[in-house]
Amino acid sequence: MSATFTLDGKAIPYEEGDTIHQAASKAGVFIPHLCYHPDFKPHGSCKLCTVKVNGRQTASCTMRAAAGMQVESETEELNAERRALTQMLFVEGNHFCPSCEKSGDCKLQATAYHLGMMSPHFDHFFPDRPVDASHSEVLLDFNRCILCSLCVRASRDVDGKNVFALSGRGIKTHLIVNAKSGRLADTDFTLADKAAQVCPVGVILKKRRGFSVPIGERTFDKAPIGDVLVKEEG
Amino acid sequence: MAVTELHGEAVAGIVDRVAQHYGRDPTYLVQILREVQEACDWIPPEAVDRLETVLRVPRTKIEGVAGFYYFFYTRPRGRYRILFSDNITDRMLGNIPLMERLCQALWIEPGKVSEDGLVSVDKTSCTGMCDQGPALLVNNLAITRLSEARVDAIADLVRNAVPLADWPAEFFAVADNVRRADLLLGSSLAPGEALKAMVARAPDRNEEGAVAMLNEIRCSNLRGRGGAGFTTALKWEACRNAPLQPGQQRFVVCNADEGEPGTFKDRVLLTSHADLVFEGMTVAAYVLGARRGFLYLRGEYRYLLDPLNAVLQRRRSAGLLGANILGIPGADFDIEIHLGAGAYVCGEESALIESLEGKRGTPRNRPPFPVTNGYLDQPTVVNNVETYAAAALIALNGGEWYAGIGTRQSAGTKILSVSGDCAQPGLYEYPFGVTVRQVLEDCGGKDVQAVQISGPSGICISPDEFDRRIGFEDLPTAGAFMVFNHSRDMFEVARNFVHFFQHESCGFCTPCRVGTSLLKNLMDKLHNGHGSPYDFTEIEKLNQLLLSMSHCGLGHTACNPVLDTIAKFRPAYERRLEHTDFTPAFDLDRALAAARQMTGRDDPGAHIVPEEFGEEKTS
Repeated sequence: MSATFTLDGKAIPYEEGDTIHQAASKAGVFIPHLCYHPDFKPHGSCKLCTVKVNGRQTASCTMRAAAGMQVESETEELNAERRALTQMLFVEGNHFCPSCEKSGDCKLQATAYHLGMMSPHFDHFFPDRPVDASHSEVLLDFNRCILCSLCVRASRDVDGKNVFALSGRGIKTHLIVNAKSGRLADTDFTLADKAAQVCPVGVILKKRRGFSVPIGERTFDKAPIGDVLVKEEG
Repeated sequence: MAVTELHGEAVAGIVDRVAQHYGRDPTYLVQILREVQEACDWIPPEAVDRLETVLRVPRTKIEGVAGFYYFFYTRPRGRYRILFSDNITDRMLGNIPLMERLCQALWIEPGKVSEDGLVSVDKTSCTGMCDQGPALLVNNLAITRLSEARVDAIADLVRNAVPLADWPAEFFAVADNVRRADLLLGSSLAPGEALKAMVARAPDRNEEGAVAMLNEIRCSNLRGRGGAGFTTALKWEACRNAPLQPGQQRFVVCNADEGEPGTFKDRVLLTSHADLVFEGMTVAAYVLGARRGFLYLRGEYRYLLDPLNAVLQRRRSAGLLGANILGIPGADFDIEIHLGAGAYVCGEESALIESLEGKRGTPRNRPPFPVTNGYLDQPTVVNNVETYAAAALIALNGGEWYAGIGTRQSAGTKILSVSGDCAQPGLYEYPFGVTVRQVLEDCGGKDVQAVQISGPSGICISPDEFDRRIGFEDLPTAGAFMVFNHSRDMFEVARNFVHFFQHESCGFCTPCRVGTSLLKNLMDKLHNGHGSPYDFTEIEKLNQLLLSMSHCGLGHTACNPVLDTIAKFRPAYERRLEHTDFTPAFDLDRALAAARQMTGRDDPGAHIVPEEFGEEKTS
């Protein structure tokens, strides 16, 4: 029999080395997250998956499970804070859901719905972020980047290419590509790359494939993000 | 020839030389970039091209690192890169009018490069010269005691393109300003004396000697001087006991990234007591069995690099560093110096280690902690400069002696960096337990309304708390002690600190990256006369979020100065609340500032002032 910890009053089994997030996923419990993906080393930066472990808040994607831990996740307090973080991500970039090709497939949007976010609340920053349309097959729309670094990890750890990286600091942190020109066309990026598949929002978009699935029939139109991700990642 | 027009081949030659010096090892990337910039005035794309080849790392990594540190420039910033220190103490000494004066004399705008590519002028976080400000950095070298005359002289030197080496030496003079010396600042330790005393405890047995030394540290009750106060013996013991995989070793790191605004004690310890610090690091190495040590020196203290390297060289010649220290076979330890490049967050120990490894200085996920998984994933002790200096004295005089000084929970002495409104700014070393009132008396602080203890991330105290004592049981501190008299506006103090945190947030985690900017905007909104009680609630909510969701201490403490001043100096805020009801943040007149600047107009016709408010013009 494997060891367990307690998540919102429920016993969750885990294997040695599992993070709280992994164990919860396997047990069918959804913890909101944006920068975590089961295929990659956890990053721990979006902080949406923060839970309370024995009264102290910590990111569940980086915290190893241990026997007897008392973990809280679905509390009003934590969900209010997760909602505020989501609002921060919305005002930091330029997110215009109604005109976005990723609407309905976007994890940021779906997470906002999941958390009951009704408005952006904070003042918008309206940053100036030019798009990169240089590549023949892919458009990069940096306006929507939430700096989750999933494309960075996918390109580095799976594709072995290092096409993407984060540069800058603080509020000026931004995604860069591996070319002197700074243009995606001058990298060895292809649509077959793992990095092309992982963007949770609408930064990395396939060209000439706009709205092939109608709004209303997309991933998170059909089922809430919690159900979808627990099935995919569990 | 302007250096910005360096030929590609010349740049490649510079890169090759620098990379060669560091064995083409990408863990030295931060040092390599610094030296390339010192030679080229910036980091041109051709340098990145060449680094990609000689270090065999992707361009994204080089650009990611270069883009992280404030002192690295991937765009030309001129042959003279001038940065005014912008701590609140510099503000109080008039740094902004001096910066404007320099900009006018050089015909440039702050933050921009002159049209001839000669010079740029901007602001930077506290450069650690609060006792002799206002201060600036020119090409990362410190200039102190700025005055109008000095600024005019600098303008002339720049305009005439006089090489920095020919600038008057007195501009670069940095005084120690030791006002009260005790154990550390009064130490006259002869190099090697502490090491000899340590070895004498178990003359023939290395291993027993290490255990005996650890016992002395334990019995001394020494706690870390970086602010958090972790028990030094526990840290050393955890590192000593951490298992080593084949090929691994233990490391000793000295944190001299003294970035907390208002703190400058490490500057003086490293200027006048470097042997004490290096000897303390050697003591730690003996306890841990470490062979390599690093001093991580903040980029603002670039001027200390050559003197410190000379001290290391002297210690090597004297048999106090290198192989077989004091003639003991196998007692091998050496120290190298890494310079930071303008990133406060690198004072956090795991971010510091990332930087030592040639990476962006973002704090790691913890656990695991550096004592087991530190530099290159190997067991590492990171301690403050002052902690090592104290360890050296404990090696010399024993733990019991040290434990008898100070208070029960805070053994030994603490060096305070006193600045702001007082007659005698400088360093004051006291046994722990001294009251704030006593310090104020000694430094000549009159008519004081507040003291900021331990910098922006610390605590702001008001006169009714001046009998509180410096020590871990009451007022823990990394050393900053900034004094404010009644003429100061505590709101502006808090706003300066909030700008600091916003500037220094590493950007890794959402709450701190976005939250510090939101907080800055709220404080600016109050400053501009558009605040309402609603904004207080917003600030309190942001504080809660930063505290509970942030990745590291920077985010956890970023709201402290605001909450402290709201609680203790509320009138400073209320003065700004002309509207107790809702008020729009948008200001039509302010929105026209860009148009005014473009047209060079500032006459009444170029302003729109809402009559019903009769507000002061802001630009």
